[in-house]
Formats: sequence, C-alpha cells, structure tokens
Amino acid sequence: MSTTPRTLFEKIWSRHVVTEGAGGMSLLYIDRLLMHDGAVHTFDRLRKAGRAIRRPDAIAATADHYVPTATGPRGIADPAIRGMVTEMARHTADLRIPYFGPGDARQGIVHVMGPEQGFTLPGITLVCGDSHTATHGAFGCLAFGIGASELEHVLVTSCLWQRKPRAMRIRVEGARPPGVAAKDVILALIASISAAGGTGHVIEYAGAAIAAMSMDERMTVCNMSIEAGARAGMVAPDATTYAYLEGRPFAPAGAQWDAARAHWETLPSDEGAVFDAEVALDAATLAPTVTWGTSPQEALPITGRVPDPAETADPARRSAIERMLAYMGLAANTPLTAIKVDRVFIGSCTNSRLEDLRSAAAVVRGRRVVVPAWVVAGSGLIKRAAEAEGLDRIFREAGFEWREPGCSMCIGMNGDTGRPGERVASTSNRNFEGRQGKGVRTHLMSPAMAAAAAVTGRLTDVRALAGEAR
Amino acid sequence: MDPFTSVTAVAVPLDAVNIDTDRVIPARFLHKSRGPEYAGLLFHDVRFDEDGRERADFIMNQPAFRGARIIVAADNFGCGSSREHAVWALAAYGIRAVVAPSFGDIFFNNCFKIGVLPVVVPAETAAALRRQLHAMPGASITVDLEAQTVTGPDGVRIPFTVDPFRRQGLLRGEDEIALTLGHEATIAGFERRHADEEPWLTIERRA
Repeated sequence: MSTTPRTLFEKIWSRHVVTEGAGGMSLLYIDRLLMHDGAVHTFDRLRKAGRAIRRPDAIAATADHYVPTATGPRGIADPAIRGMVTEMARHTADLRIPYFGPGDARQGIVHVMGPEQGFTLPGITLVCGDSHTATHGAFGCLAFGIGASELEHVLVTSCLWQRKPRAMRIRVEGARPPGVAAKDVILALIASISAAGGTGHVIEYAGAAIAAMSMDERMTVCNMSIEAGARAGMVAPDATTYAYLEGRPFAPAGAQWDAARAHWETLPSDEGAVFDAEVALDAATLAPTVTWGTSPQEALPITGRVPDPAETADPARRSAIERMLAYMGLAANTPLTAIKVDRVFIGSCTNSRLEDLRSAAAVVRGRRVVVPAWVVAGSGLIKRAAEAEGLDRIFREAGFEWREPGCSMCIGMNGDTGRPGERVASTSNRNFEGRQGKGVRTHLMSPAMAAAAAVTGRLTDVRALAGEAR
Repeated sequence: MDPFTSVTAVAVPLDAVNIDTDRVIPARFLHKSRGPEYAGLLFHDVRFDEDGRERADFIMNQPAFRGARIIVAADNFGCGSSREHAVWALAAYGIRAVVAPSFGDIFFNNCFKIGVLPVVVPAETAAALRRQLHAMPGASITVDLEAQTVTGPDGVRIPFTVDPFRRQGLLRGEDEIALTLGHEATIAGFERRHADEEPWLTIERRA
C-alpha cells in the first residue's frame, strides 16, 4: 500500500482510471449519470447512430429546465418545449430509467433531486450535462458537468477521456458572523480568486467553516465552483454527510451501508497531502455579499459602493467595468444599498433547499414584499416539507408567489424571465448578460438577502433589517 | 466531425474577458436540434437588435470581419454553462479556431468534439494579436495544428501545444466513441472488479 499522503480527489480519481491514453489522458470510469429534460435530444442522436446505452441502471432522470413553475395545471403551450418534457418521459420509460417528472413529488432540479434521493454518494464519479453538477461534490464525490458529445460518450461507454485536473485546496477557517450565509462565502471566494481562478483544478473546500456547514450549505458552496472556473468542487465526507444520506431511497442500507461507510471514511485527504494550489479565507471577516456586475466575480460586501472605472489603472479592466455598468444601468460610486430592484427570485440549484427557504422566511415573516417576488422550491419534496412547516404561508402572506419546482428564472428556458431592463435580486448562480431574460440585470445574493430586498425594494443589508420593526 | 489540419482565414478580435456561453448563445434557443440555423444564433443578443437587424457596433458585423473563421479572444473564453450549443453555433457560423489565453474547461473539451480548435497562447501574445487585428481589419492568420503554430498578420509564428490525444483525434476527425468501444474488454474487466469492491453502488432495477 502506498504511503504517500493523498488528497480526497486523488483517491477517487485513481480508483476510477480504466486505462491510460496518449499524452496523459485517462479513460475514467463514470459510476453514475444524472439526466434532465434539456438533454433529451441525446436519446434521438444515439438511436440514429444505432448506439446502445451501456448502463441504464446507472442513470436517474428528472425534468427541471423546461417545466413550468406557475401553480395550477402544468401544461406547456409551445409544442417544441412541451416535447422536451414528454420525450424525456417516453425515453426513460423505454429504458427503465428512474424518472421523476411533473406530478411526481420527487421531481425537482437535477442537482437537488440527486442528493435528496441518495443517488449522489461519497467516493463516486458522477456526471450530468449541466455545469452545476459540481454541487454533488459536497458529498465527497468527483462530480462534474459535461457537454452533449461527452454525454453521448458516457451513455455508450460508461467512461470519459479526461486529462487529470490539478488539485486546489481552499481552507475557510473561522466562524461566519451572524447574517453571513454559505452563499456569501462562495461569492467572496470567487471575487477573491476570480472567475478563472479555479480553471483546470478540482477544488477541495476544507477548514472549520466548511466542517461546520450543513449539507445544504456545502451544496451551495460546491455548486458555484464552476463560477470560479473549476469543473468540480468537493468536501470530505464526515458525520454530517452520513447523517444526511442514511435512509435515503438510493443510499445503501444494512450491511451495505456499513461497508460503504467504512470505505468512505478512508476518503478524506491524508495529513500532509500536497495540493497544486492553496487558498485561505477567514470566514470571520465576511459580510453579506452581492454582485454588481455581469460576472459572478464582481461581488462586494453589501456595505460597499459600485466601483469607479476612473479609479482603475488597467485600461482593459476599466473598459470591462464601463461595459458592465452600462449593461447593469449603474452609476459609479453608488452605495450598493441604494440600488432599487424590480423583482426577487428565490430558487435555483444554488439556493432552493429547505434551509434556504427557512432563512428567507425568517426575514419575510410579518413583512410585506414591495416588488414581485417568487419562491421556487428545488423539488416537490422540499416544497412539501416547507409547507408542513408553514413556510408557504409566511411567503404567501408577505405577497410572494409560491411556485412549483424547477430551474425557473435562474436560466429562463421555460419562459420564467424578467423583462428587459428589469433588475432582479436573485439567489441563483449567474449574473451574465441576458441570463434571466434579454436585458435583465441580475444581482446575486443569499436567500436572506434576497428576502430583505423583496421587503424593502432595494439591495439591503439583512443585518440592519434584523433590528427593525416588522 | 470535420478533421482539422490547418486554417488560414480572417480573424476577428474579441477583447472582453469572461465571454460566457450564455453570451455565445442565449438559453432560449437551446431546445433546437443541432443544424445550420445555429449560424444565425451565434452571439445573438449582442449581434442583433430588437428587430433582428444587425448591430453596427458588434465587431463581427463590420464588413472587414464578415468572413472571419478564427476568433482571437481574451481570458476565460467560453466560461459558464456546459451547453455544447455554443460550439455548434461557432461551427455553424464557420469558426474553426479560437485563440485565447484561457478557456472555460467544459467549453474547451466540447470544442474538440465538434472540430473547433481551442488554442491557448500567453495573455500578452493574444493581446498583441488582437491589437494587430484591430490595426489591420480583415487580416488573416494561420492556425496550423500539424505544426502547432499560429502565424500572425505580421508573419510571426507563435508556437502552441495541444495534447497528443486530442491533436490526433482532430487531425483524423476521429470518432471518439468508436475509439473507446475498442477498449470494451478492458472497461468490462474494470467494471467487474469495481462492482466487487464497491457492491453498494449496484442499484437494483425495478421491473
């Protein structure tokens, strides 16, 4: 047995290499595949090519990108869009792939459904045709997003040719101050290392602040690894991970659970394991964070001001800031808390889990929204659990729309978009130009901060709101 | 997939950093099957106005750059969403190579599957190429995968490297799935061992 200390990533990687190709490419075995309605054309392409799906038993599927989230009958008017969902049901039925579609309480955002069902497990390789597959790394697995051709490749061969990424460790030490959420940690991290800071790397999040996080919080952090350029993020499995997984439908049970857990306990990075890059962040120094620009890296503490391009020496950076301010309709030096919003969206694979809804509801309770505001739970099961706690009543009484699960206004593929020029306080993951609809301006933040914006109509420091009368 | 050996063509400079795949092709078009109409979807919302007319201020709409088949970009081109549709749109439009200091990882991988070559050069080199292309609108450059060189408008050759596996795949226009299926016996052997070692991963299929 090797005595060289190894990282969590190295342990999972080396266990999945089937063979080595030319020039350092490895054929990597893929244990599990998640599919969503956006990938439905893949089935047709494979059928046309006469290629069989090698392991339908290693797949689970749902519909999230194209499903409507308005309450009431979930009909889809546009036949092309409707086909994305109905074809998904047909293909998965033909192949006997577990499919959680509209009408099934387990339906939800693919990165919410996988963990919720215990399909996501420590130590595995897991892929999905979606960049936010990084979310699943919260369980100590190697999970990454792939494109359509790679998806076909996995379906037919159960493998992918991959160049081994480098390993980066980000230690988040200290304790988060009140009002500072997991979302603030990851937004501050991306601002610190940049949207390309993790390119070519798999990030392992470690340190006391990560160890103290719940699974919902770890998923929020890992989810946005892609926004730092990394294909994957991961957290070593621990007691929190096992407590979450035990008893979930796809998780092992009985003697298999014990055997699995014994293996999982060998996975955390060894003392002295060497990473290609190390980053440190002190959680105690963080404040609630919002983005002001059109890249997730353009994030600042809510106490800050919109940057002034005139104060930037680098001409390329100056013109980038100018372009972002023009798109965002913002003037330099405006206090962030003076920015008015037109709409609020609480949802997405980043922040649509039960704890997210609880933290937003705690801010909303006894207050009224002053702009249109939506809550879109990550899955039917989360929606049901929130209703059992009475969270839906709190949101509804405050004037929120309490909608059906799906990706919704994070990406707007189902028609859930803002209007051109509208400014949205959003708990999603991308503030790119046009992401939430053509010309829509997105500010990313935590669920509590989005809730605060909904009741004040502007970007708001949730810590200041806490003391105010309801 | 179209093989790629060498392309000499008009190159268009895109100066912005972090050009994400949502910018390359907005999400509302992604339900469309891959086809020639993707050419009209490339950079749609920055390329066309509300009425579908070309925006004069978008560089690829300027006469000198119309025939561009190569893009010279800045850092982190193709970041964000995994949508391969971004590469489909580039390919349908006629783009065969993108030269940049860095790329989004998933976009980078997707490019090789479609036959669009992503070329990594140092940031200063990319910036110098973009300056030349702005100074000489419509100038051609050569991207030679066989020789692994980019030849700028000034005739200066810039070396780059592509890992041998992907280079060979592109030069031959190889079907990667067919190549992998050639390893089926190895994969099956691995799979049996892996299932013995981690039996808890086997999911019982319901009828």
